[in-house]
Amino acid sequence: MAENEEVILLDFWASMFGMRVRIGLAEKGISYDHRQEDLLENKSQLLLEMNPIHKKIPVLIHNGKPICESSIILEYIDETWNDKAPLLPSDAYAKARARFWAGFITNKLDQAGRKVYRTKGEEHEKSRQEFMECLKLLEGELGDKPFFGGENFGYLDVSFIPFYSWFQAYETYGNLNIELECPKLIAWAKRCIQNKESVSNIFPDSSKVFAFVQLLRKKLGIDD
Amino acid sequence: MTKSDGFKLLGTAASPFVNRVQFVLNLKSIEYEYIVENLACKSELLLTSNPVYQKVPVLIHANKPPIPESLVIIEYLDEMYPDVHPILPSNPLDRAENRFWASYIDNKFFPLFEELRKTPDKEEKEAIKKQIIEGSQLLEEAFVKVSKGKDYFGGDDAGYLDVVLGCFLAWVKFVEKRNEFNIIDEVRTPKLKKWVNRIWSHEAFKDVFPGSETLMNLFMMLQTHKPPRKI
Repeated sequence: MAENEEVILLDFWASMFGMRVRIGLAEKGISYDHRQEDLLENKSQLLLEMNPIHKKIPVLIHNGKPICESSIILEYIDETWNDKAPLLPSDAYAKARARFWAGFITNKLDQAGRKVYRTKGEEHEKSRQEFMECLKLLEGELGDKPFFGGENFGYLDVSFIPFYSWFQAYETYGNLNIELECPKLIAWAKRCIQNKESVSNIFPDSSKVFAFVQLLRKKLGIDD
Repeated sequence: MTKSDGFKLLGTAASPFVNRVQFVLNLKSIEYEYIVENLACKSELLLTSNPVYQKVPVLIHANKPPIPESLVIIEYLDEMYPDVHPILPSNPLDRAENRFWASYIDNKFFPLFEELRKTPDKEEKEAIKKQIIEGSQLLEEAFVKVSKGKDYFGGDDAGYLDVVLGCFLAWVKFVEKRNEFNIIDEVRTPKLKKWVNRIWSHEAFKDVFPGSETLMNLFMMLQTHKPPRKI
């Protein structure tokens, strides 16, 4: 990487999507200026400028150019810093499969997960079931492999592992026991944290994430 | 140049997501067997090929497991045949920009059309129409930026965003007529208006677009199976 490369990450400490990018950058050994956004109260001028349409993090700013959306950022990182630690596999079919499941996590799993801690009543009950179904499908995709990427930690592992930091929140508010229903997923998550510094170095405390979700629920008027 | 590499595409005529894949197969001159699905009565093949979503399109290539999701399929085809009419640009920043707009189109813009259909309240409908128009303004700006002054999003010829947005043009026409408003017009979105005409007459696109009867059939099916909300 050239000496004058400027990499800034607009982020929020508890965001799974921000975590994806942090892990990707760490895998590639890229130094960056890490900036926390105050999403609940006061988004920065830079964020509003760099992502005017969605006003969301993560945003990667590389030499002044913004790249938005975690999956898009991961692919950008992989294509730009292509000399080490490939995130996506080289085989076209394996790539397609990884992209399919990453999309499933971003769309289906995250949507169901949000409802698990944000809703009540019938909607909540439905979301609990949906969320567990999503996790079971992902466990099926993992199978007996050490990582979703096979022998090596890759794009799909990066896309999913951040959600593990939210499991305590999902379990508490969803009244779920994920380890009981999806033991292979829990084993995989622990394996990622034990074997990958890129994960363990950036991983937030589950209890801190849980406290954040408690705060969020109060703000949304779900809990008093 | 044609290839017979054993491609099968599961689809329905009225699905813009299926049409998208067909555009790419045409642009790359890839031969394929088209298997028509009846979405009201899904085949065993569809249910086993896409158990997660049970939706079309699904691409089956030779003896590999099936690939669902139109954008995933398009990138797969681009990687399998990188030298024949590349769909995505090669520069990582341009690729990210293209993918960003695809995500906007699929997750923010097109869902408004279904919202419009399902909303019974007149005032709410007007609000959604306004959002659609704002979306088209953003897409006009995107066209200016991505095309870099050329005729297509992809430059001199059709590329990624031409297929990703182009596939909705038949539905755009249908919704404009039904709801009596212009989504793409000469005054607000002049560049897109010219682009629309190019896409309608483009070799790889023109025979794929469904006719108004096909669209009406799908529309009626949606009205029955996923009716508008009650007021």
